[in-house]
Amino acid sequence: MIAPPPELQTPAAGDIAGHDLLEISMGPHHPSTHGVFRMNVVLDGETVVKLTPVFGYLHRNHEKIAEKNSYLASIPYTDRLDYICSMTNNWAYVLSVEKMAGLAVPERAEYIRVIVSELTRLQNHACLAGFLLQDMGALGTPMMYAFREREKILDLFESLSGSRMMCNYMRFSGCRCDLPVGWLEQAVKVAAGFDSFLDHFEALLSENEILRARSQGVGVLPRGLAVNAGVTGPALRASGVNYDIRKVDKYGIYDRFKFRVPLGERGDVFDRYMVRILEMRESLNILDQALRDIPAGAIVDPKVRLRNLRPKPGEAYGRIESPKGELGFYLISDGGPSPYRYRVRPPSLVNLTVLEDMCLGHTIADVVIILGSIDIVLGEVDR
Amino acid sequence: MQTPEQIKDRILAALPGAHLEVIPNGSPANQPSLLLDHGQAREIAKFLRDDPELRFDYASNVTGVDWPEKVVKEKVKVRKIIDGVEQEAVELVERKTPGFLEAVYHLYSMALGHGPLIIRLRTGNRTDSVALPSLTPVWRSCEFQEREIFDLFGITFKGHPDLRRILMWDNFADHPMRKDYVPANEQEAKP
Repeated sequence: MIAPPPELQTPAAGDIAGHDLLEISMGPHHPSTHGVFRMNVVLDGETVVKLTPVFGYLHRNHEKIAEKNSYLASIPYTDRLDYICSMTNNWAYVLSVEKMAGLAVPERAEYIRVIVSELTRLQNHACLAGFLLQDMGALGTPMMYAFREREKILDLFESLSGSRMMCNYMRFSGCRCDLPVGWLEQAVKVAAGFDSFLDHFEALLSENEILRARSQGVGVLPRGLAVNAGVTGPALRASGVNYDIRKVDKYGIYDRFKFRVPLGERGDVFDRYMVRILEMRESLNILDQALRDIPAGAIVDPKVRLRNLRPKPGEAYGRIESPKGELGFYLISDGGPSPYRYRVRPPSLVNLTVLEDMCLGHTIADVVIILGSIDIVLGEVDR
Repeated sequence: MQTPEQIKDRILAALPGAHLEVIPNGSPANQPSLLLDHGQAREIAKFLRDDPELRFDYASNVTGVDWPEKVVKEKVKVRKIIDGVEQEAVELVERKTPGFLEAVYHLYSMALGHGPLIIRLRTGNRTDSVALPSLTPVWRSCEFQEREIFDLFGITFKGHPDLRRILMWDNFADHPMRKDYVPANEQEAKP
């Protein structure tokens, strides 16, 4: 029996003195870490006894860059935070600037924002479900099915903004350009097709015995801990906390749409997966209403000066329900052309706070799916 | 939700002797904040979390702000005797405001659905008195975010369970988000 080396004699390791412990550095190049994320995992056999996340591989000090830029010039940088969901990143930022400068948004632009954000939520959750099943060992098929649907949504984004992923689409008090001819009809078609894709996906997977055996009871996140640790988004709602910023803050025009907030019961990996599937159904619901009701009109307030915007000295915190959780921007203006302080509140980073708590006592194979079920993007974690 | 003034009175009723100040906010967002004193910051935070009418159970955004020493030139009206007659005159006065670092917490209530309440903590200066009480024991969500402030702004949080650099590498010396930070050249910046 070899005693663990001194650097591994942590409180957790001390409890099981006499066992051989193995420390593994998982990542930053491990395919299941969804980017350059590293975990130092201490294992007793295959069981996790300690897990330390290591960040910073993608750090570029986004906040400092933005504090040197004009307000307008930061919009394309926000695309690169959570690079799967550039539309919602744009929205969170322009919402905060609009709050700070007191700008109003035309009706049609509000509808377009809701439509593109719900499309973003659809493709993010579809990706997540595909990745998660890939992590569980369902190689290829579910992910390809999910990506096939995602591609249709990215095509819509491309015809709208010129770019599939780095959309750079929203502007203070509106959007950059109006919808192309025939875009709405195409969006209606994509939404209808997505509904039948979900039926197909669920028939294939949600009742699947292997998926249930792998994910039920794994990585349980208790309700109280989830709230205290600031977990937001689907991971929070899977633990049974009814907190959706679209309902709480009613930002934009979300008070006009009828939709439900799906909640989980146990807060395990399966609940987090299922909440996202159900959320996609609700997003389709919102899309149906928004695509039906969208009015004609201006998409940007012509009186607003986009360039050389100088809000009055003061500060504002604006937040939205991004597909990953609460994405907030905290801005302080000193009256100058660039923000005095620009802060991104990244949902992915804060949701990782409880990663160790969820993984302790589970096997190393479960760590992969627990991490997958939190849904992180390293562009946002490291900023 | 109650206004920060009402919340201030509520805290003072429960914790007499607490030092609080309401900081106004000039922007149309109208989000004033509460400045807390170091001494009772953690008791006040616990009170804000547990009080049945406030229940700020969720600390959403935690961040730092750097306020370097500033020289403000102000025009002040003074009464002076000019040519033997007392007159009102305008004088330019230079006023120095000392620099400090600030930690800002945005609190929401998931239970009651209100917020944000913004609380601020300020250090004594930017060099040797940069310690603040950590609020991680009250809200776990502060854990990584306070580490980030420690890393990028150089505020040390007393009582934080694991205060290490989070985004920069361990033997990096400076604090990049400070306003007077000068990046080292590319060669030196390699870890």
